[in-house]
Amino acid sequence: MWKNFPLFPDRATEFAGQVDALYFTFLGISAFFSALIAFLVVYFAIRYRRRADDEVGRPEKAGLWLELTWSVIPLIILLGMFTWGAKVYIAAYRAPAYAVEYFVTAKQWMWKFQHPEGQREINHFHVPLGQSTRLTMTSEDVIHSFFVPAFRVKADVLPGRYTSVWFKAEKTGTFQLFCAEYCGAEHSLMTGTITVMEPAEYEAWLADVKKGPSVVASGKELFQAKACNTCHRPDTAAQAPILHGLYGEEVELGTGEIVMVDANYIRDSLLNPTAKLVKGYKPLMPTYQGQLSEEEILQLISYIKSLGDEPDEEDKPQQETTPEFQSEER
Amino acid sequence: MSTTVTTSAKRLNYLNVDHGMKSWLLTKDHKRIAILYLISLSFFFLIGGLMAVFIRIELATPAGDLVEPDTYNRLFTMHGVLMIFLFLIPGVPAVLGNFLIPIMIGAKDLAFPKLNLASWYVFNAGGLFMIWAMLHGGVDTGWTFYTPYSTAFTDTHVIATALGAFIAGFASIMTGLNFIVTIHRMRAPGLTWFRLPLFVWAHYATALIQVLGTPVVAITILLVAAERLLGIGIFDPALGGDPVLFQHLFWFYSHPAVYIMILPAMGVISELITAFARKRIFGYKFVAFSSVAIAVLGFLVWGHHMFVSSQSVYAGILFSVLSMLVAVPSAVKTFNWTATLYQGSISWQTPMIYALGFLGLFVIGGLTGTMLATLGIDIHVHDTYFVVAHFHYIMVGGAIMAYLGGLHFWWPKMTGRMYPVFWSKISAGLVFFGFNLTFFPQFILGYLGMPRRYHAYPEEFQVLNVLSSAGATILGLGYLIPIIYFIWSMRYGERAPANPWGAYGLEWEIPSPPTTYNFEETPVVTREAYDYTGIEEKSVA
Repeated sequence: MWKNFPLFPDRATEFAGQVDALYFTFLGISAFFSALIAFLVVYFAIRYRRRADDEVGRPEKAGLWLELTWSVIPLIILLGMFTWGAKVYIAAYRAPAYAVEYFVTAKQWMWKFQHPEGQREINHFHVPLGQSTRLTMTSEDVIHSFFVPAFRVKADVLPGRYTSVWFKAEKTGTFQLFCAEYCGAEHSLMTGTITVMEPAEYEAWLADVKKGPSVVASGKELFQAKACNTCHRPDTAAQAPILHGLYGEEVELGTGEIVMVDANYIRDSLLNPTAKLVKGYKPLMPTYQGQLSEEEILQLISYIKSLGDEPDEEDKPQQETTPEFQSEER
Repeated sequence: MSTTVTTSAKRLNYLNVDHGMKSWLLTKDHKRIAILYLISLSFFFLIGGLMAVFIRIELATPAGDLVEPDTYNRLFTMHGVLMIFLFLIPGVPAVLGNFLIPIMIGAKDLAFPKLNLASWYVFNAGGLFMIWAMLHGGVDTGWTFYTPYSTAFTDTHVIATALGAFIAGFASIMTGLNFIVTIHRMRAPGLTWFRLPLFVWAHYATALIQVLGTPVVAITILLVAAERLLGIGIFDPALGGDPVLFQHLFWFYSHPAVYIMILPAMGVISELITAFARKRIFGYKFVAFSSVAIAVLGFLVWGHHMFVSSQSVYAGILFSVLSMLVAVPSAVKTFNWTATLYQGSISWQTPMIYALGFLGLFVIGGLTGTMLATLGIDIHVHDTYFVVAHFHYIMVGGAIMAYLGGLHFWWPKMTGRMYPVFWSKISAGLVFFGFNLTFFPQFILGYLGMPRRYHAYPEEFQVLNVLSSAGATILGLGYLIPIIYFIWSMRYGERAPANPWGAYGLEWEIPSPPTTYNFEETPVVTREAYDYTGIEEKSVA
């Protein structure tokens, strides 16, 4: 019977345990106060029920100490729960630096996933057990929200920018993925599954799937195909900033503003190059709005991210540079 | 106890002083306008309720088999839009506030009677826009109108519906303005601020939000229209806009709007509990000022709707702690109401059953609200049925319970008739039980992960959904019974005396129903609100 009548969601990450501990503690506190008020209300309503038509209540002077007690005690409890909740929240959105990055593109009404080695999936996503997995997500149309109840993680997926979320699955199995932000007619069909596999099985699975070039390799190819290297070249003839070692650094704009070169900045610079021009450079770059798909933009970003400090090292494998990625504030 | 009402049926009152459509449609009497609002609101409530019926039938089975997904999306959108903009926001203030505030402060009418009538017309004009939109295919964005879906993707009637909310918003501003001026300028001699009934305090706080908050949603709606009609990029990233900006603007009004719904309801509860405990409220000043505190703090917590929206972690932390603070004045009120019962003389009349029911449901709604304000919990339950259950506990379990309790309390004053006690108690019980059965399972569904606004859902959620739909059937019955006996009572109900409950307050010192100008002579107030111990000496005098 309980199969069709669960009262509690599956728990597949250590983080889920943190959320549950917080939730059940607060649920206990809530149950206590609800029961207290309910008991007092029912008890008083019976104990002091009206016995004669002309009876009136016996007013008492409100005690200041009593008012303070029932203001301060809830306040302290609430601030405690707030602090605990904030800790869990920060953990949810601050991925460890070594987390492996995957890309998610959402559109009405499907989820598209890309593995670092290039494998693509739609609505189903395979990840290895015990790996810190960070998702960099964007939407091609409206706002969606990536929600895996068994992992207790959720993050809105926005058009025109990147958001991220991470998890470390600690239980093998297949878990439900929902779109949690209403996104139009088939919102309730925008679901999928996440399959957590033993690392060895995952490797085997990866090898089985038809594999294109890795994300970084696709980005490199695109970088050349779009002739980005005409201006962004690692020598003195460069008319545009040298991209090597730029990712994760701060740059000064023409306006004097200091910005961090991250995925969102590169994306903005591709689509609206003159808006955030680095100091000392002329607005020469054309916009690539409409010429690059969301996947292609992500490939270019991955490629730029993979570029080491030295131009020669540009073919370094992408994994090793991952720790430089600053997790975005969410 | 009270002076017997003259047995002559000829006594003139606000209802029989004039007859005919024109005398109603051009009335400047706040009491008649309250009745006009009651009729409009009941109409919109019934339509909004009908949508809920379809929603709950659809959700009785996991497959989306009753209506098309498009239809379902329009149903829950129109349910939310109608219930919020055309029922809950005007709700208590437009009906009970309009009727009672002038009487409670010893005035002949509101400060601006014509503005009051105008607000009713403006309100209905807004309502007509929405009904027009509904009849021409409706709108499917959810009542939240999130961009860029609402501005660039849906082809449903966003503009007409949003314009309806825009227009109805002006009615809300007019009512708020009228209340503020009236409460400041028209109190009877001797009626100091701290002698005011708490109903008036609550409406004063509400009016502040109506006047300060509503313009923001009006501006937001205009921006949506500018983007949708003229293609000016404000929210759509494809046009260089920011979709999250919309959420900030929307919730800057729509969170305080929750307090527009619940504060007047809290005012009603203060009146009911004191009247049926026949006792001065415990901690008058704390209850009064907590309304103001809620109104002010309510403007600072909008970001708690956006914890997973990509808002910065620091903003999330700030909005979380501020949301905890706004819970404290609500807790203060609850404890004071409970303490008022202590050593009272408690009568289990129908309005009191609603008030006690409110206490239970509001506590659950409020505590689950603080759970949602806890960042670590909200990540998981945001946009799930947990949220749906929480806000229905506040809006239906809180605001509608109080609205019904208030109607049952002041119905004799408004119509001069009593309703059948037996049926009213039965329906109050059905409402309480049906409500809990409808919405309590949704908390569990939410924690299990069922997202809101889902037309179809995985099979393991079915049992809880069936329970919820069963509860909704009982709740619906609980709402239909009062509609029947209220209408019945207007013709066949027993005539009500001036003070059927033995309650203390200016409204109970004038006949039921009152005359057009309420008081023959301006009353002079010499005692505090809810001064029940003085009642005996008074009736002797």
